[in-house]
Amino acid sequence: MEARPRSLTRKTYYAMKMKRAVHLLFYKRHREPGVKGWELRRRLGPDYPKVLNLLDDYLEKLDLAVKTVFEEEASPPEKPRLDQLDKARFYVTLRGSLTPRETKLVGWRIDDLAALAVSLGYLISKGGKAPRKDLENLLRVKLPGWRADLNLSRFVRSGYFIEDENSQLYLGWRTRAEVDQKRLINLFLEAEQA
Amino acid sequence: MAVAKKPKRLAKEELRRIIELCQSVEAKGLNPFLVEVEDLISIVKEYFPDWKNPEELALDAETLNQIASVIKMQSEWIKHRATSLYRDPFLIEEKLRSLPVETLADLFLQAWRPIVEMEQVTIPSLSEALMYWDGLAPLDERWRRAVFVLSETEATTREDLIRQGILSSETFSVELERLWDELKEATGEKGRIGYWDFIGAETYEETVRRAYLTSFLVTYGYATLEVHPLEERIFMKPNKKPVSKEDAQFFSFPISISPEEWMRWRQGREA
Repeated sequence: MEARPRSLTRKTYYAMKMKRAVHLLFYKRHREPGVKGWELRRRLGPDYPKVLNLLDDYLEKLDLAVKTVFEEEASPPEKPRLDQLDKARFYVTLRGSLTPRETKLVGWRIDDLAALAVSLGYLISKGGKAPRKDLENLLRVKLPGWRADLNLSRFVRSGYFIEDENSQLYLGWRTRAEVDQKRLINLFLEAEQA
Repeated sequence: MAVAKKPKRLAKEELRRIIELCQSVEAKGLNPFLVEVEDLISIVKEYFPDWKNPEELALDAETLNQIASVIKMQSEWIKHRATSLYRDPFLIEEKLRSLPVETLADLFLQAWRPIVEMEQVTIPSLSEALMYWDGLAPLDERWRRAVFVLSETEATTREDLIRQGILSSETFSVELERLWDELKEATGEKGRIGYWDFIGAETYEETVRRAYLTSFLVTYGYATLEVHPLEERIFMKPNKKPVSKEDAQFFSFPISISPEEWMRWRQGREA
């Protein structure tokens, strides 16, 4: 545990901690991005939730946010306890949304993005689990077969989906961190058909 | 009315069909409530008394395992339906099939908050890496150093124990005689003392040292081990003179001196 030196003002102390938190959260340190709560506690001290709140406020001006993904994904706690925060994973994500033009800058083709949208929508509607074959068939309606397969493999590699030995696909860690699942489903249902 | 029993071959086939049914529900993502679990269980129950050999019993267990998986799927199905995320899958699929690619991408962008990840080389990290590289020995040198000698597992020797500090280099027989005197003193008029009460010491290392020496006290005839298997108690009895065991039949009696046993003894003593 790190004690606050007396000579430091409150503002300097938290500014210093925020800088350290930025280094931890922005730079990929493991295979997966993001940092576990217990790791932040060890590096920033027991008041790390407060440091993250301050950082989140600061990042708002830059259209970024500190995102918390709890272990209990189905029912994330409203007022999380310290032990729940310790087990959670923290990421920095975009706060607002990208425009279609901007997606090119982050390396996505529009049909790949649509394939991800369709796959996610289908998996969420099936309770987070579906056979890969079903998804391939669905994607092949609008994409060539090789591209459907390539896309699914890419989504698995980047963590949007997990695939088991029986070729069943599940929602992966990246989906939990990046996608507002409820909003996505509602948007699909509200959309006017062509 | 008595129902005629099916031959074993048909009964086994039926169990295999149940397994396939359960697996297909999972593989195809079908509604798990399409499976009548109670009917399946009654079939398994009906055939169970006929199974005798391990292969048949394994098939029975596998069938039950698959039925249990279906029950788990049913529970998850209900949980999913109860969440706010639940919408009719057919309706969603219909939408996904009919919406144009551009609209799908646009909608997704409204719910997508990509993670910000950075990878960057800094001057301090480069200089640290350079220092590491300078200090790194060439590969052929490193591989030469890592030579492992394959050796057989063997019993600990007295020299090993001296090197590890368990035994002192003092003459072994002197140490044994001293321990023998200690045993005679500790037993007093009772003539015997509990094994752990004799070897037990303040530290685990010292306890192991005493246990090691005590084993020689018994082997060389300075003392006798009295074992009460039913009460799970072992006593040490000193002999007045070392007893020659030339004609006796030797046998080994292993006693565990684990740290847990030692802790238990200490706690018992302090209680």
